[in-house]
Amino acid sequence: MKRSTRRRLTQAVLYAVLLGLVLLLALVADWDAIRANFFAPGGFDSAEAWKELFTVGVKNTLIYTAIAFFGGLALAVVLALMRLSPLGPYRWLATAYVELFRGLPALLVILFMAFGIPIAFQWTPPGGSVGAGVIGLVLIAGAYMAETLRAGIQAVPKGQTEAARSLGMSAGRTTVSIVLPQAFRIVIPPLTNEFVLLIKDTALLFVIGFLAEQRELTTLARDAVSSGPTAGTSTSYIQAAVLYLIITIPLTQLVSYLERRQRRSR
Amino acid sequence: MSTAAGQVPAIDIKDLHKYFGDNEVLKGIDFHVDDSQVVCVIGPSGSGKSTLLRCVNRLEEPTSGQIMVEGIDITDPETDLDQVRSRIGMVFQQFNLFPHMSVLQNLVIAQRHVKRRGKDEAVQVARRNLEKVGLADREGAYPAHLSGGQQQRVAIARALSMDPDMMLFDEPTSALDPELVGDVLEVMKDLASEGMTMMVVTHEMGFAREVGDKLVFMDGGVIVEEGDPAEVLANPQHRRTQSFLSKVL
Repeated sequence: MKRSTRRRLTQAVLYAVLLGLVLLLALVADWDAIRANFFAPGGFDSAEAWKELFTVGVKNTLIYTAIAFFGGLALAVVLALMRLSPLGPYRWLATAYVELFRGLPALLVILFMAFGIPIAFQWTPPGGSVGAGVIGLVLIAGAYMAETLRAGIQAVPKGQTEAARSLGMSAGRTTVSIVLPQAFRIVIPPLTNEFVLLIKDTALLFVIGFLAEQRELTTLARDAVSSGPTAGTSTSYIQAAVLYLIITIPLTQLVSYLERRQRRSR
Repeated sequence: MSTAAGQVPAIDIKDLHKYFGDNEVLKGIDFHVDDSQVVCVIGPSGSGKSTLLRCVNRLEEPTSGQIMVEGIDITDPETDLDQVRSRIGMVFQQFNLFPHMSVLQNLVIAQRHVKRRGKDEAVQVARRNLEKVGLADREGAYPAHLSGGQQQRVAIARALSMDPDMMLFDEPTSALDPELVGDVLEVMKDLASEGMTMMVVTHEMGFAREVGDKLVFMDGGVIVEEGDPAEVLANPQHRRTQSFLSKVL
C-alpha cells in the first residue's frame, strides 16, 4: 500500500470512530431528562430570567472581579517592589505574604475574612460580609499578581535603569517612570489571565450570605434552583455557565492574541 | 601631573580598585581627564576599560580608591550622586533609549524631573539637541522605528539635553552595522570640536587618532600605556600594546 493511501485510510478510520461515538451518545442519552432538567421552561426561553441574570448576576460578578483585580494589582505592586527591595526584612515580609496566600485555598481565606475577622474584632466590613469576602479575593489576587509583576520587573533590561540613573533620575523616579511602565507591558497577558481566574473565583463568594441585590452569578443560579419557574432543575446553572463563557472566552482569546503579538515583537 | 596649576581636572582617579567577587578587574588605576580633553580608552575585552568608565558615574561601585569629578569626591557617601550624574552624560553600547517613550519624551523626561525645567524649556532644549545630531524630523518616532545609528544619536542628544560638563561613551559604535558607524562618529567629532570633555571607550582607532587628545591602553585591569594617540598607535612602547594593536589594526 502506498504511504498516502495508508494515511488517508487511517484518517477515515479515525473519523468513523468519532462519528460512531457521537451517534452512540445521541442514542444512549436520555433527551427527555436532559430537556426537563437542564432546559426547563421559564429558563432559556424567559426574558425575565435572563434579565435578572444580567442586571444582578453578571453585574455583581464583574464588580467583584474588578474590585478584586485592581485592589489586588495595587497590593501586588507594593509586594513586588518589596520582594525586590535591597532591605532584607521587606523582602522576607513580602515573601512570607506571597507564600501564605498562594498556599491557602481561596475558600478558606474568604470564610476567614467574611466570618472569622468580623466576629473576632466586632468589625463590619464595607458592603457587609460580601465586602469582606471580596477583600479575601483581593488578598489572594495580590499574592499571585505580585509574583507575575516581579517577573515582569526583572524582565526589563538592566540598561534601562542604568540609563535613567546616569541621567540623574532617582531610584524611585526610575521605578515609576521607566521600569514599571515597561514591566506592565510585559505582564499584560498573564494579568489578563489572572482576571479570568478571578471572574471564576467570585463564584466562591457563594458561601457567604448575600442580600438579594448583592448576588453574583453563581449564587443567583443556585437560588433559581431552589425557587422560581425552573426550581428543582439545573436550568439556571446552564444559563449561568453560558454567561460565564461569554465573558471568559473572549478574554482568553485576547490573551493568546496578546501573547502572539508579544512573541513577534521580540 | 599635566594639569595646569590651580585648575581642577574634569576626572581625577587615584588608586582605583574594583573587585567582582574575588575577581579583581581594576588593579590600582591612576587616571585623569582634563577639561575639554578627549581621552580614548582601548584594550582587549575583559581589560576593565568599561568598568573604569562605569566607575566614573558610579554605575559600578568602586571597591577602593578615590574618584574626583570636577573636584567633587563621588565616592564620598555625602555626595549627592544624582546631582553629579546629571552633569555627566553617558552613552551606552546598547543605546538604552526608553522604548515606551517617543524620541522627544526620551529627551525631556530627565530634564523635567532632575533639572526641574518647565515643559516648554525642556522641549526647546530637546529640539535643539535633536537638530544637532541631525534628527530634528524624528522627534515623534519611537525608538523601535529608528535604525541603530539613529538610536545612538538620540541617546547622545538625550545626554546632551542635561547640559553635561562631560560625556562618557561606552563602546558607542560597537553594536552598530558598519555603514551606520560614521554618522555617530561624526556627531562625536562635532562635540569634541566644541570643547566637550569626553572619555571614550572604543575600538575605533581612526577616531582615537583623529579626535583623541590622549590614548590609554588597558590590559588585565591596569593602564599599560598612555600618551598621544598618534604616537601610541604608530609606535607602541609596551609589548602588550604592540601585540594588541597588531591584532586590531
